[in-house]
Amino acid sequence: MATRTAAQPAPAETATAAPSIGAVREQAENWQAFPDPAGHFGRFGGRFVPEALMAALDELTEAYDQARADEGFVAELDRLLATYAGRPTPLTDAHRLTEQVGGARILLKREDLAHTGSHKINNVLGQCLLAKRMGKTRVIAETGAGQHGVATATASALLGLDCVVYMGEEDTRRQALNVARMRLLGAEVVPVASGSRTLKDAINEAMRDWVATVEHTHYCIGSVMGPHPFPMMVRDFQRIIGVEARAQVLERTGRLPDAVVACVGGGSNAMGIFHPFIPDTAVALIGCEAGGDGVATGRHAAAIAGGSAGVLHGMRTFLLQDEFGQTQVSHSISAGLDYPGIGPEHALLHETGRASYRVVDDAAAMAALALVARTEGILVAIESAHAFAGAFDVARELGPDATVLVNCSGRGDKDVDTAARWFGLLDDAGGGAAGADPRG
Amino acid sequence: MQSRLDERFTAAREEGRSLLVGYLPAGYPTVDGGIAAMRAMVAAGVDVVEVGLPYSDPTLDGPVIQDAADAALRGGVTTTDVLRTVEAVAATGAPVLVMSYWNPIDRYGPARFAADLAAAGGAGAITPDLPPEEAAPWLAASAERGLAPVFLVAPSSSDARIRLVAGISRGFVYAASLMGVTGTRAAVGTQAADLVARVRTATELPVAVGLGVSTGAQAAEVAGFADGVIVGSALVKVLVDAQRSGAGDAAALDGIGRLAAELAAGVRTPVPASA
Ligand SMILES: Cc1ncc(COP(=O)(O)O)c(C=O)c1O
Repeated sequence: MATRTAAQPAPAETATAAPSIGAVREQAENWQAFPDPAGHFGRFGGRFVPEALMAALDELTEAYDQARADEGFVAELDRLLATYAGRPTPLTDAHRLTEQVGGARILLKREDLAHTGSHKINNVLGQCLLAKRMGKTRVIAETGAGQHGVATATASALLGLDCVVYMGEEDTRRQALNVARMRLLGAEVVPVASGSRTLKDAINEAMRDWVATVEHTHYCIGSVMGPHPFPMMVRDFQRIIGVEARAQVLERTGRLPDAVVACVGGGSNAMGIFHPFIPDTAVALIGCEAGGDGVATGRHAAAIAGGSAGVLHGMRTFLLQDEFGQTQVSHSISAGLDYPGIGPEHALLHETGRASYRVVDDAAAMAALALVARTEGILVAIESAHAFAGAFDVARELGPDATVLVNCSGRGDKDVDTAARWFGLLDDAGGGAAGADPRG
Repeated sequence: MQSRLDERFTAAREEGRSLLVGYLPAGYPTVDGGIAAMRAMVAAGVDVVEVGLPYSDPTLDGPVIQDAADAALRGGVTTTDVLRTVEAVAATGAPVLVMSYWNPIDRYGPARFAADLAAAGGAGAITPDLPPEEAAPWLAASAERGLAPVFLVAPSSSDARIRLVAGISRGFVYAASLMGVTGTRAAVGTQAADLVARVRTATELPVAVGLGVSTGAQAAEVAGFADGVIVGSALVKVLVDAQRSGAGDAAALDGIGRLAAELAAGVRTPVPASA
């Protein structure tokens, strides 16, 4: 199969001296040492960008270092998270879902209840506040599902910044409702017709914009990816998810969860909920990559399960590529997970074994979406449904004495059209893709 | 030891002119068609050839080069074809550099790529998204094979970064004339001359200016302050337009020859920088 050749490891000399796995595992308790000052997470991360952007990345790194040490900045962000974004988000005991699945107690971290409907707002409020502090008047963003674009348009409206969102043409069709939302919020949405017309091409176009406008424009990257300092900074802004959830689970159950499960596109909701648990080595951290039609078909978005180490979008990480280093097109029913790479910190978490990654295909994710909807009355995003599907397996493996914390990263309003087609719920749509009845 | 590339710069300096560096992507419109176009531009006066390695995610390129690279990849061009192109063009006697985003070289293996590029008669490689901080494996591989690793500076580069980039470059330093992606521009900005002046305080290496140059007049202007004038999109556009209009290969090669000749005349009539 085609992806096997692609997955062969690159010749050994391309690996910049990897730290020994044992040494890194010991570092789990001191994980905050990552990244190093140049943005490396072990052999991953770094900055692979044109020289023209280097000064801007240095400026951003310095501004961010100052801001996070500045009580005024931190207080302002906390105020917005509480009074605007609706934090803390609740922890929900999913009783009926737990019963249906028949395993561990399932707890949900409800990022779907944050303003704009997903965790993306946490990062965007941080970056847009920082952009203002740096004197930038314009922000640009890429978006796949549209959730990061909507969040960026929202924060830009709130803070009075001009906003341009790049979105693959293919995704503007899949997520038409979010395109309208962004425009209502005053953002300009630019459909990107180059390459595969999805998220990776939207990122390319945003980078092209940024090289030419960097003096007054901030590129608000939507996940824990890209060149340093983005993977670190976005993780820090998303860390609030895990900080809250860890305290909430302790308070609710009197102990730490046995496993934390999240979906992984670029990996920001997963990094956000994982990070505070990394030193708690008894807690299993499990990321769910999008399996599309199945890794064996080659039509998937699982960078760890079906990819290999290389460089894309400014970072060294795992990605889907052919034997010549050309990026391969990813496939997933979920626009927000339809990306051929993964954030570099996940690459290191995987390589050190501190986190493990599973693959959830389209069909399993959609079945999970339906089950959560009818047992808990929560319509989750298709992205988040990948985490639920993975969590069901984990819950069964761990058994009823265990607790599994699932990051419910977003709500599914944007996905009603896709789900209705999948399940054949529209009167004129005939049978669903899988002929699946959501009532089971 | 003077390489073929170094000798060309020295000779041009003695002639009181700049070198003309022409870029075309390998594999466009076909591998053989690309080779023919590169040979045509050398015959018409291009001194140094940059062979582009088409890449799936060309974040530094504007629409013209993106389209050509996309078409070349759809046509199935591979790194092996790029090396074959280098060999065929180097046979003309012109120094040939590969211009590539980092991942294809990383994937091929830096040492293996350097060995195969040298064996094909290549003079070096320009790697626009490989920063000095990450360049150690490529510098070692290039040094071992006598290749010139060429890095870029930009108007936003600090003096410290210019010293860093110039310190590891061989052959020449590539000065990006403006903040932006490849593509033709109506005018070459004033940033270019300032940048070249700053590079000269850091190194004795020749400095070549790229991004935005498309006409003989612009080439003459840049030749007034730089050792090399790099032209890409304008040449690629000749091929893309010929493909779109169905003008035929002979017409495309004529067009390349005409533009290359105009640019070659430009680098021979430098406009003094103070003018
Ligand atoms: C609800 C939701 N969850 C998850 C993701 C995937 O992004 P990440 O892996 O960065 O959390 C997205 C992206 O659009 C999303 O909208």
